[in-house]
This record gives sequence, C-alpha cells and structure tokens, in this order.
Amino acid sequence: MTITATTWIEACDADDIDAEDVIRFDHAGHTYAIYRSPDDEYFATDGLCTHERIHLADGLVMDHIIECPKHNGRFDYRTGQAKGAPVCLALKTYPVKLDGGKVLLGLA
Amino acid sequence: MTKAEAILVIGAGEAGARAAMALRENGFEGQVTLLGEEAHRPYERPPLSKAALTDEAEPEAAFILTPDRLDEHGIRHLGGRAATAIDRAAHAVELADGGWLRYDRLLIATGARARKLAVPGAGPENVLYLRTLEEARALRSRLAPGAHIAIIGGGFIGLELAAAARARGAEVMLIELAPRLLARAVPAAIADVIATRHAAAGVRLLTGIGIERIEAEGERHAIRLSTGERIPCDGILAGIGAVAETGLAERAGLAIDNGVAVDARLATSDPDIFAAGDCCSFPHPLYDGRRLRLEAWRNAQDQGNAAAKSMLGGSGAYDAVPWFWSDQYDLTLQIAGLPDEGHETVTRDLGDGARLDFHLATDGRLVAASAVGPNGRIARDVRLAEMLIARRATPDKAALADGSVKLKGLLAG
Ligand SMILES: Cc1cc2nc3c(=O)[nH]c(=O)nc-3n(C[C@H](O)[C@H](O)[C@H](O)COP(=O)(O)OP(=O)(O)OC[C@H]3O[C@@H](n4cnc5c(N)ncnc54)[C@H](O)[C@@H]3O)c2cc1C
Ligand code: FES
Repeated sequence: MTITATTWIEACDADDIDAEDVIRFDHAGHTYAIYRSPDDEYFATDGLCTHERIHLADGLVMDHIIECPKHNGRFDYRTGQAKGAPVCLALKTYPVKLDGGKVLLGLA
Repeated sequence: MTKAEAILVIGAGEAGARAAMALRENGFEGQVTLLGEEAHRPYERPPLSKAALTDEAEPEAAFILTPDRLDEHGIRHLGGRAATAIDRAAHAVELADGGWLRYDRLLIATGARARKLAVPGAGPENVLYLRTLEEARALRSRLAPGAHIAIIGGGFIGLELAAAARARGAEVMLIELAPRLLARAVPAAIADVIATRHAAAGVRLLTGIGIERIEAEGERHAIRLSTGERIPCDGILAGIGAVAETGLAERAGLAIDNGVAVDARLATSDPDIFAAGDCCSFPHPLYDGRRLRLEAWRNAQDQGNAAAKSMLGGSGAYDAVPWFWSDQYDLTLQIAGLPDEGHETVTRDLGDGARLDFHLATDGRLVAASAVGPNGRIARDVRLAEMLIARRATPDKAALADGSVKLKGLLAG
C-alpha cells in the first residue's frame, strides 16, 4: 500500500475571491480553478474544461455550478461532476483548506 | 395519442443525438433508434471550420457519444442509412436500402445542407462547401501554404474558413455580395472589428461585389467578378448559407414555413411527429411568437432536449434565448438573443479591445447582446446578459454602459 502525503500549496488570499466566484491558479505547470461558494466555502478543481481545454476561471459561477466560458458546459465544482452536454467527463477536484486568511490547495 | 413504445429519430447530428440521450434521461424505457445518413457516430460540426482545419494532425471527428454510452443508454444507432419517406398513416419510415422502421413518435432532426452557388460554371469540381467531416478533409487538403484561395461569402463559415486558411499560410481573398460582412447577423460596429482583424491577418476583403461566373484556367480556376475583374485561384470555398433539410417532411405533407414548421412544443402539424435543430422553424415566446429558424449548435442541443420531453407528453414551450458563437483567430464572437429586435444600442468596453453591445427594444427591454473580443473577456458578461434577456429585464442604460457595474448585480435587482 502506498501512502501519498498531501502537500499544501498556498494559492491565494481568502479575500482574493469574491463570494460565488472563481480565480485561476497556476502551479508547477498545471492550472487550477479555485472557487468560493455563495456560503463562503472554498473548493478547487482542474483549471481546464474537459471538453476543449478552456480556462474555467473565465466562466460564470452560479451557486455551486461553474459554467465553461466557451460552450457553457456545466460542472458542480464541489464534486467535479459534469452536469450535461457538451461535457460528459468530470473535473478532477482537490482538497482546499483555509489557514490564517490564506487558501491552501492540497496536492498529492 | 397512444403511449410511445418506439421512438425514431431521423438525423444523427447534434439535435438527434441529444434527443436520443434525453429520452433516457427523462425515463423513457421503450425503443430508441437514431437513424443517420452519415456513416459516423454523431459528431460536432463547429470544429470542422476551426481546429479540424488548423490542427497539425489530420482531423478526427469530435464524437458526441462513445459506443459505450450508446450501449449504456440502449440507443440503437443505425449509421449510413438514409430515410426516404414517412408513411404517416402506417407510422413507419422507409429507408433508402428498402427497409422500413415503425414508430410511435418520430423526431425529424435532419439539419441543413450548404446552399450551392448558382452561377454559370460553378460545380462540384471547382467549388467546395463545408458541412461534413469528409468535406472538411477535402477542403483542408487545399489549404497549402502559398495556395491562392477564394472564399465566397462573408458570413460565419466564410470568415472562419478565411481565418483557418490564413493560419495554414494560404493567400486568401474573401468575396461578399452585401456591402459589409455579417450583415444579417451582427451590428456594423462588431462586423467592423472583425473586418479589421481579417485585414490585419492579410485577407483581402471584397464587399459589395457579386460573382458572374466560374471559369477554368488550366488546372486552376478563375472567378469573374461583377466588376469584370478575373481572379485566378487554386481553390474556391463557398459559405453562402444553409438550406433546411425539409424534403422528407414536405413529401409527407407536413406544414413547412422556412423549415419544418413546429409549434412551441416542437410538434409538427402531425401530433406524433416532432422536429428539432437546424431543420425546423418555431415560434419564440420571448419575441412575440416570431417564427425563427436557427442554425446554432446550442439551439440544436436545447431543442433536442425539449423535443424529447414533448415526445414523452410534456407541454412546456421551448423558450431558450438564442445563442451563437464563432471563433476567428484570437477573437470570439458571441451573440445572445436577436440583435435585430433592438432599436437602441448601449456599448460596454470590456478591455483588451473587447466590446459588448446591448440591444434594447423601444420599451427599454433587453432583447439581445453581441460581443467580440478574446473569449475570456466576453463570455461571462454575455452569459449574464442572456439571463437578463430571458427575464425580459429593462436594465438601467447607464449601468449597462459602465464596465465597473457588475452585471450579476443587475440580475439580482
Ligand atoms: C462547419 C460548421 C461550423 C459551425 N460552427 C458553429 C459555431 O461556431 N457556433 C454555433 O453555434 N454553431 C455552429 N455551427 C452550426 C451547428 O453545427 C448546427 O447548428 C448543428 O449541427 C445543427 O444540428 P442538427 O442536429 O440540427 O443538424 P446536423 O448536425 O446537420 O445533423 C443532421 C444530420 O441528419 C442527417 N440526415 C439528413 N437527412 C437525413 C435522412 N433523410 N435520413 C437520415 N439522416 C439524415 C445528416 O446527414 C446529418 O448528419 C456550425 C456548422 C457547421 C457546418
Ligand atoms: S470547452 Fe468547455 S464546454 Fe466546450
């Protein structure tokens, strides 16, 4: 059995993201999207849409849904689940925690 | 109307594929057959005038459904088989190979075909069109660096072709009969941004000019313009609009009105037959029931979903805000609603050269929004504008024009 330790990376200040919004975060050649829900919870997913690799951070957050800015594919950013055409593949999600006003992204 | 046990979809494109899936998503357990003239599984057409032409690799189809998904959902896809007639009394469809398929409910999702250039000398040996994967491959083979390509038509397809041809290093001339590009689709200010971008990319744009004839010139071709000028070229690509594929419906005696005429539930004049996508015209509740036929990818999907519900007995009216996008170079154009319903335009500067025009009716209602710029700059605001349009909002003009006012806030108000 392998145990992979989670590395926590500082992504941004908690205030950098408005409620019900998203920002892009790039780290080690990979792009992520970090969300703040209407009820002030934080989440993170892969940054690119599973349809045509478009940056989701340019999309619109409504409630717990991120809508892709290219063709309006929709995902639940809490689970990564694709919510209908044209997207059918889920987004990978990452753990997030707050520490001293910072948003930390958990990478395996 | 009997309970539906077998539902047949004619046309395995965007609308047909979505409808077949949506039947299952809405709990239908009977037989679902997706009949398509093309041999392929359903695939997306928008990439055909974009990545399929510009990518280094020979294009593959962007399939909408994997064989596994078709299986999982119990959808029988019959590819390479065309329907030739609908026998309404017998509730059966005749196929080109002589077979018959029975239906309880039928969906016509036959799309549209490219309009052919009707001038002397034009024929399949010299003018190429773009609707299918095979046509994209044929067209792509002409776009060699240095080849002289003439594109006929300054609509979305023609313009995307011009951008793709330039990306592949071809010399491009684009000829449009109307006095400006995209005359029917977007306001002049937005068309200007696009024309400027094409000119900067080295496309020679000829507007307000007709075509007299196509002539042979050895192995090459020549286009004789209405001005008398003769233009030799290596390839001629035409994007001069599409014609709804209504033949089956017409022969079956269904009502036709610039497309297979359907009501707000997408039912044709026969209550067991429905139509969706590019092939149909429908009354739009947001615009006083104005009859529209849209050639737009999202409309095909949304109508596929809506038709599935109606075929299962739903009574909802189709009222999605029309939405369209086009990609050319680093620019994206997005249009929500119907710009020609507007009487006044309010412009918002989105930065990076991106602009968003709001179109307001005489009573101040927001009826459309059109934007051009990098996709990431325009998409969110167009989406929010679309929601305002759906709500028949009458937003404050000063707030619309002010880039510091968040549109999301207007939605809440
Ligand atoms: C090159 C190109 C680029 C595009 N780009 C964009 C874009 O950027 N943005 C946008 O919003 N829209 C775009 N569109 C439009 C969009 O692709 C269409 O609106 C959409 O495909 C319509 O879906 P449909 O299912 O109605 O028709 P189609 O996708 O055309 O599918 C109809 C299918 O029915 C089949 N069929 C027809 N008759 C029969 C028959 N008798 N029997 C069996 N099968 C039959 C056809 O072979 C076809 O496969 C583009 C279209 C093209 C061609
Ligand atoms: S790229 Fe995201 S929906 Fe198409």
